[in-house]
Amino acid sequence: MNNVVLSEELSQVSRLFIYAAMAIYTFAFLADALNLSRRASESKDVRSSANVTERAALILLVFATLLHVVGVVLRAISVSRVPWGNMYEYAITGSLVIVVIFLIARFYVKEIKFISILISSFALLTLGAATTVFYVEVSSLMPALQSYWLVIHVSVAVLATAFFNIAAALAVAYLVKTAGWLQKSKTAAAKTLGRLFSGFPADNKIERLAYRFNIIGFILWTFTLIAGAIWAERAWHRYWGWDTKEVWTFIIWTLYAGYLHANATRGWSGRRSAWLSLVGFAAVIFNFAVVNLFFKGLHVYSGLK
Amino acid sequence: MSSSRPSNSRDIEIESPDIGVRGWARWFWRQLTSMRTALLLLLLLAIAAVPGSVYPQRSADPNGVKLYFENNPDLAAVLDTFQIFDVYTSIWFSAIYILLFTSLVGCVVPRTKVHYEALRSQPPAAPRNFARMPAHKIVKSKKADIVERAAKVLRKQGYRVVTTRTAVSAERGYLRETGNLIFHFSLIGVLISVGIGGGLSFSGQRVLVEGDTFVNNLAGYDSISPGTFFNESRLTPLSVRLDKFSVIFDIRNKTNIGTPLDFKASVTSQVGATGEATEGVIRVNEPLELPNAKLYLTGNGYAPVITVRDASGEVSFSGPVAFLPQDKNYTSLGVYKLPDAKPKQFGMIAFFYPTAADLENGAKSSIFPDPINPLLTMNVYVGDLGLDGGIPRNVYALDIAEMTQVAGGKAKVKGIELDKGQTATLPDGLGTVTFDSLKRFISLDISYNPGVGWILLFALLSLGGLMITLLVPRRRVWVRDTEDGFELAALARGDDPTLEKILNDLTDEIKKAKIE
Repeated sequence: MNNVVLSEELSQVSRLFIYAAMAIYTFAFLADALNLSRRASESKDVRSSANVTERAALILLVFATLLHVVGVVLRAISVSRVPWGNMYEYAITGSLVIVVIFLIARFYVKEIKFISILISSFALLTLGAATTVFYVEVSSLMPALQSYWLVIHVSVAVLATAFFNIAAALAVAYLVKTAGWLQKSKTAAAKTLGRLFSGFPADNKIERLAYRFNIIGFILWTFTLIAGAIWAERAWHRYWGWDTKEVWTFIIWTLYAGYLHANATRGWSGRRSAWLSLVGFAAVIFNFAVVNLFFKGLHVYSGLK
Repeated sequence: MSSSRPSNSRDIEIESPDIGVRGWARWFWRQLTSMRTALLLLLLLAIAAVPGSVYPQRSADPNGVKLYFENNPDLAAVLDTFQIFDVYTSIWFSAIYILLFTSLVGCVVPRTKVHYEALRSQPPAAPRNFARMPAHKIVKSKKADIVERAAKVLRKQGYRVVTTRTAVSAERGYLRETGNLIFHFSLIGVLISVGIGGGLSFSGQRVLVEGDTFVNNLAGYDSISPGTFFNESRLTPLSVRLDKFSVIFDIRNKTNIGTPLDFKASVTSQVGATGEATEGVIRVNEPLELPNAKLYLTGNGYAPVITVRDASGEVSFSGPVAFLPQDKNYTSLGVYKLPDAKPKQFGMIAFFYPTAADLENGAKSSIFPDPINPLLTMNVYVGDLGLDGGIPRNVYALDIAEMTQVAGGKAKVKGIELDKGQTATLPDGLGTVTFDSLKRFISLDISYNPGVGWILLFALLSLGGLMITLLVPRRRVWVRDTEDGFELAALARGDDPTLEKILNDLTDEIKKAKIE
């Protein structure tokens, strides 16, 4: 670490790629929206034309992801290390991993394409916050972060977040689709939504998909927690000290453990467990955005002044 | 995680209320060990953990608690009665997790018995109606020996198989429940290791200036927080001398100037009175591991060395004093107390600037953390230092309420400013002060927790159990010989979207299987 070479110029190039990715994510989002509105149309012709927009949305999303990859890689080169040493870097890397995991999952499990709009909009929002609020100039890692555990602990946390995110998007779709008022309502809007949802996978299928993403997320989160404890024992002389970030990692773990139990409890599967999945993901976002910026603790790595 | 917990409380509510004490106890126990209770306790535990991240905790941030009490004394007192500043050792937080673990034990112990019996029992006989199963397939085939073929294929795939004359029953995935039990038992292991390890552990702090030696006995610590079962005899005799503390701050990269790139403490340690002196290094992520003690680098700063002489030239103080860094450029604050100075005792509040520069408003500031232009400034106070009463005082603070400022601030004499090597005359006939040299100090944390190995072992076991239980599918497959071919059915615990595919693959394999 004694001869670290940083390049703010390169980081600015990286930022341009991130902006370009945001532009394309915007188009992907618009194509997703157009796709959904076509699928909700009364006209059969319009509905069948949705396949074109769906394909366009996918191509745009892949293109945006490629630009995003370049942006993240350039940032990594500009700081000569893994691109997750502060909030800005964590946000651009985390959102990239979410989109990549979604694209991979979409390849194997075709049904999840219907939440594409939630993924493109989430990536766009995260990058928007990252470039405007979280951006920090290139900097080296403080000695406490100079450890291979940064690679292990944080990369697995990012992966876990991606799986929780996709599960949360599925939970949103599930909750909207199974909303009681929608089933009963006879309004035109309800009919439109009904046409839209008829193209979605069946309720229990969505629920099952969400469960599968959540269990992988939970395993990865458990690993994150253990790896964090091992690292804390080396860097901070104790494996666990109820630091604010540790507290929220614990809360998230407990919420998802509750979610898993809910899925095996009569009366708690379905909408209640979908809500739990959303609460769990809200805690994940809170842990990133609010705890980093506003809570006092040892994990103060936002790099913001 | 498994539906074998009694998840339906309706079964329980049927019991009439006049069932006596034993009945009530049983009812309570069944409620406590139900899946629903486990779920509610988990959610309750998550909510109960929140205040500990909002309010400062005595364990993680004792200064924050002190500040909170100073700023909101009334509210703080109320919150304190609810143990809001000690959430994770509070009665209510403990109550939740003790209930949760009781519920867990009450759930997994009977399940272990059930699972043990299941492991020794045979897969259930083929159901009469295959069409009722979640996956089901009818195959036309002229192959003979269907039962033998199916049994062979299924055994090869790791199923436990029983055959009758016309049908095969097969089951696999017993590991799923095994993993689930391992996960839950390991959590109990983690909790016990945390408890016992914590009781046997200790953690202490020590500030060490370059050249100084830490000796591992109670007097060697500035502060120590021992576990319940700790006593001094557990401290292994050893000593550690700080030979040199080297720091590298970035001076090349424009956006990163002044950021620490490396902290490195070079030490010489010796175990026992006769042990060999061994050189070693402590870094932030590299503790020094000695027998029954790990030494961690948790902080550092400057310790200017000064000499104070009274009017007759007699030395009343000489040596380094650790200054607390106030910002990232190491503007540092230090306190001198000279109770034995002549003609009267006095104290000084001093600032140290490694690279001093003048701000626009005339105040001084440090603009780089390395000592490029070191400057020591001092304000001098005379009066009672408060040390004579035998009450322990904070060495980093000077209580000036009862003292008179004689140099700096509003005093007639300007504050003292010293470059390295310079000497200045103190006001009020107090003598002289010399800034001799500059040393660095480190803050060490010396910890020992014999539980960590066990905690790690159980944590990894629980992770392994978790992966097994969530990823290993448990399923039953039946194959029945029919007049014009065979029939297959499959059932999974929980939902399994691959059942159809499994039956298709199985059909191919049964057709291909070779029977002697």
